[in-house]
Amino acid sequence: MIEIRNVSHSFGDQPILHDISLTLSERRIAIVGANGSGKSTFARLLNGLLLPTSGEVLVDGINTEKDGKHVRAKVGFVFQNPDNQIVFPVVEEDLAFGMKNLGFSKETIEEKTVEILTRYDMNHLREHPAHLLSGGQKQLLAIAGVLVMDPAYLVLDEPTTLLDLRNKRRVAAALDALEQTVILASHDLDLIADYDRVLVFENGQVVIDDVPTNAIPAYEKLMS
Amino acid sequence: MLDMYSPGTSVLHRLTPGPKIFALMGLGTALFLTESTYVVAGALMCVLALYRLAALSLRQVWNQIRPVLWLLILFFALQWWLSGPMLAAFVVLRLATLLLLAGLVTLTSRASDMIDAISHGLKFLRPIGVNPAKVGLAISLTLRFIPVLAQVTAEVREAQKVRGLERSVIALALPVAIRTLKMAEDISDAIDARGFKS
Repeated sequence: MIEIRNVSHSFGDQPILHDISLTLSERRIAIVGANGSGKSTFARLLNGLLLPTSGEVLVDGINTEKDGKHVRAKVGFVFQNPDNQIVFPVVEEDLAFGMKNLGFSKETIEEKTVEILTRYDMNHLREHPAHLLSGGQKQLLAIAGVLVMDPAYLVLDEPTTLLDLRNKRRVAAALDALEQTVILASHDLDLIADYDRVLVFENGQVVIDDVPTNAIPAYEKLMS
Repeated sequence: MLDMYSPGTSVLHRLTPGPKIFALMGLGTALFLTESTYVVAGALMCVLALYRLAALSLRQVWNQIRPVLWLLILFFALQWWLSGPMLAAFVVLRLATLLLLAGLVTLTSRASDMIDAISHGLKFLRPIGVNPAKVGLAISLTLRFIPVLAQVTAEVREAQKVRGLERSVIALALPVAIRTLKMAEDISDAIDARGFKS
């Protein structure tokens, strides 16, 4: 469970989020909102990439400000552009990066690499240069690179924005199959239609918090 | 350099990068100590034999030489003009041997293994404040992001071209610099998010 208690965030003098309090316990949670509404900032607060200017964020009781290392091991983060997330030049090396940082043994790294590449049908790409992958393959690699670290939660910031329809569907299917709690910031309303909960951000506040059948039409009305 | 590792199971592939890097340093120094063209030519033959041992193709040999071919031709012509054909052949053979030797190390070593070896080898610098893990990561990031930056530059060049600005260096450099800085911020976040201890 992730608890957000009276959280506000500002960049310099510019307030981005205003006094947000939420408890996130559902398996599939979507964050939607216009550009600049604060949803990416909110997503980054969940794994301690950003710290609240005031208030606190607790992941399974761990404060993001006090123990960022443990929080980041619990909450994986996938960025919009996989090119900015893939750190090593070769697929298997990039998969190993996060696991090495967490101190996994060589055997575990090998086992998990094989398991995740098989899961995403990417075994043939194991020794492939990362920059030669397609957009969809890069995004799957970015997701895989986080999943091998065994996070309990996965936060994704618009992971399908740069993808074509086929790759978008591939990534969506990969997300559907995850056991982890998924918190997805997205503009893609099809992707979140069967989620458990939708948070609509507007001017740094959560203005709608409901199930998709109610939240999506309300959001569409808000944007019209 | 970026996708140079050529998967394989040869003795050279199985050898850890540390001894290969030391051998490269040793043989490279030896090449600069000898003054015999025949010794250098013999070394070149040995290096080519090692390519064969590692099951690498002639095309991969050519790929090492091709990027600097014009430079080698220039050196050859200059040395011939200054000191005659023997010395020209000696200088060019020595450079080509060294390039092929360095190429052999990267073709048979994974980037991550090389980085681990370099990080391990730099541990003695820790007392003077050098963090070997950071050096390793910096090398990895350099290898990884050269093609990404090339792609960013190509995209910006295209965008400026349609606006008739293809000859303006500033119109190219400024957006590339801004996108690179933004990218650097995201990459730094991504590295943090994946648990790298700085």
